[in-house]
Amino acid sequence: MTMAAPQISQDVLLNRASLELEKEQTCFECKRFGLYYGNSQALREIDMVVPEKRVTAFIGPSGCGKSTLLRCMNRMNDLIDIVRLEGEMLLHGKDINSKSVNVAELRRKVGMVFQKPNPFPKTVYENVAYGLRLQGVNKKRILDERVEWALHGAALWDEVKDRLQDNAMGLSGGQQQRLVIARAIAIQPEVILLDEPASALDPISTLKIEELIIQLKKDYTVVIVTHNMQQAARVSDYTAFLYLGELIEFGATDQLFTNPAQKQTEDYITGRYG
Amino acid sequence: MVYQDIGQHISHQYDEDLESLRSKVLNMGGMVEKQVQNALLALTRADSSLAEDVATSDYRINAMEVAIDEECTQVIARRQPAASDLRLVVTVIKCITDLERIGDEAEKIGRHAVELAAIERTPTYFLEIKHLGDQVCKMLHDSLDALARMDVDNAFVIAQGDRAINDEYDALTRQLITYMMEDPRTIKRSLRVMWCARSLERIGDHAKNICEYVIYTVAGKDIRHTSFDQVKAELGNSDNK
Repeated sequence: MTMAAPQISQDVLLNRASLELEKEQTCFECKRFGLYYGNSQALREIDMVVPEKRVTAFIGPSGCGKSTLLRCMNRMNDLIDIVRLEGEMLLHGKDINSKSVNVAELRRKVGMVFQKPNPFPKTVYENVAYGLRLQGVNKKRILDERVEWALHGAALWDEVKDRLQDNAMGLSGGQQQRLVIARAIAIQPEVILLDEPASALDPISTLKIEELIIQLKKDYTVVIVTHNMQQAARVSDYTAFLYLGELIEFGATDQLFTNPAQKQTEDYITGRYG
Repeated sequence: MVYQDIGQHISHQYDEDLESLRSKVLNMGGMVEKQVQNALLALTRADSSLAEDVATSDYRINAMEVAIDEECTQVIARRQPAASDLRLVVTVIKCITDLERIGDEAEKIGRHAVELAAIERTPTYFLEIKHLGDQVCKMLHDSLDALARMDVDNAFVIAQGDRAINDEYDALTRQLITYMMEDPRTIKRSLRVMWCARSLERIGDHAKNICEYVIYTVAGKDIRHTSFDQVKAELGNSDNK
């Protein structure tokens, strides 16, 4: 009764694209990347690849270094004097920490959104147009176009199209966060870094941000740090689990949340850590 | 291969929820096993009152299935289990379906046993079916044991036992056909015995499914509809876990 049945791949059956790290285009690549705050080592020998036009999530307990690693991707840690780096952080094959790299140019390519929405105390319109004006775009027609485009991209246009000249501080927390994302994508970056973008938001706004993240990956590489594991499971294609400054496991989210390879990962995502 | 213990969650209540699920499934397994044993006993001893009992007490197993299903839904809704916890809950949901079907098969055997007990006894049939029945009972018992211990290695061995049961069933079928050809008056009775054998063979299939769920829970590999050689290779790969 046990005849050898022909095998059919699940991916074919379910009509989905299989995710394999080897087949992805590389966006960021960490090579034995480490970071010290003074004498204490916050990241040690991280080797990983952030694939292009995918959502990569960093998870791990507080203080494991996930935000630190994210901040390294657009050199936010430059501002802290006691930080020392080792190894390499490559963006499309080029070390972003080399002296020849213009930090302003890097941050134009790699946008960042923080935990707490931080709009400027200006109008909705000016918030989104700000980065463009810095780049020297002054033509009203072009600005109008790009502001509308960015607000559409951040799924905010319908809610603010009649309030463009209102102060951005009057928007709700969830709207402010999407406004900040609109501001980040207005200058058409390649990568968007999100540091706990939904942790200060209510569940509905959180879902809108998550929906937006899935939209964004069509055009951008998205890297997200989150404390909410279900959120990482919902939005990301790849997940990295960090613990005490080390990369414990990195792999396809499907695999990591159903059958992780490392016991430490298993303990963390099932709530046994601690 | 070591199975992650249910305990040690930060939330104690979560430990208890999962432990409760697990013990309820094992409890249901025990009830089902008893039903099958009784069905077989009633059949081979032509005990119509026991047969009646088996045929009419399936409702308890059905109620258990519904209750455990509900509990699983609650755990998923409240805890959003991940990794081994998720696999355990999925396994529980699947196991109870198989257990409930085993209960149905036992009920069918019970009903046929009531009818057969009314007809004159021909022990020769029963000897054959007793052999098949004992084999199936042992396989069911072992697979529930593997489930209780989350024992992958044994689950793999037990699952292979289904082949022997299928062979036994085929042999019994051939024998019954011979009886029927020799003496058409036995057809009615032979067919009933045949249905019982068919039910036992199905129980073997369900027991095999339970073994496959055990392997899924522990090793995270879905081995359904793959050959045993493939499974062996797959399990070998994950041994270093």
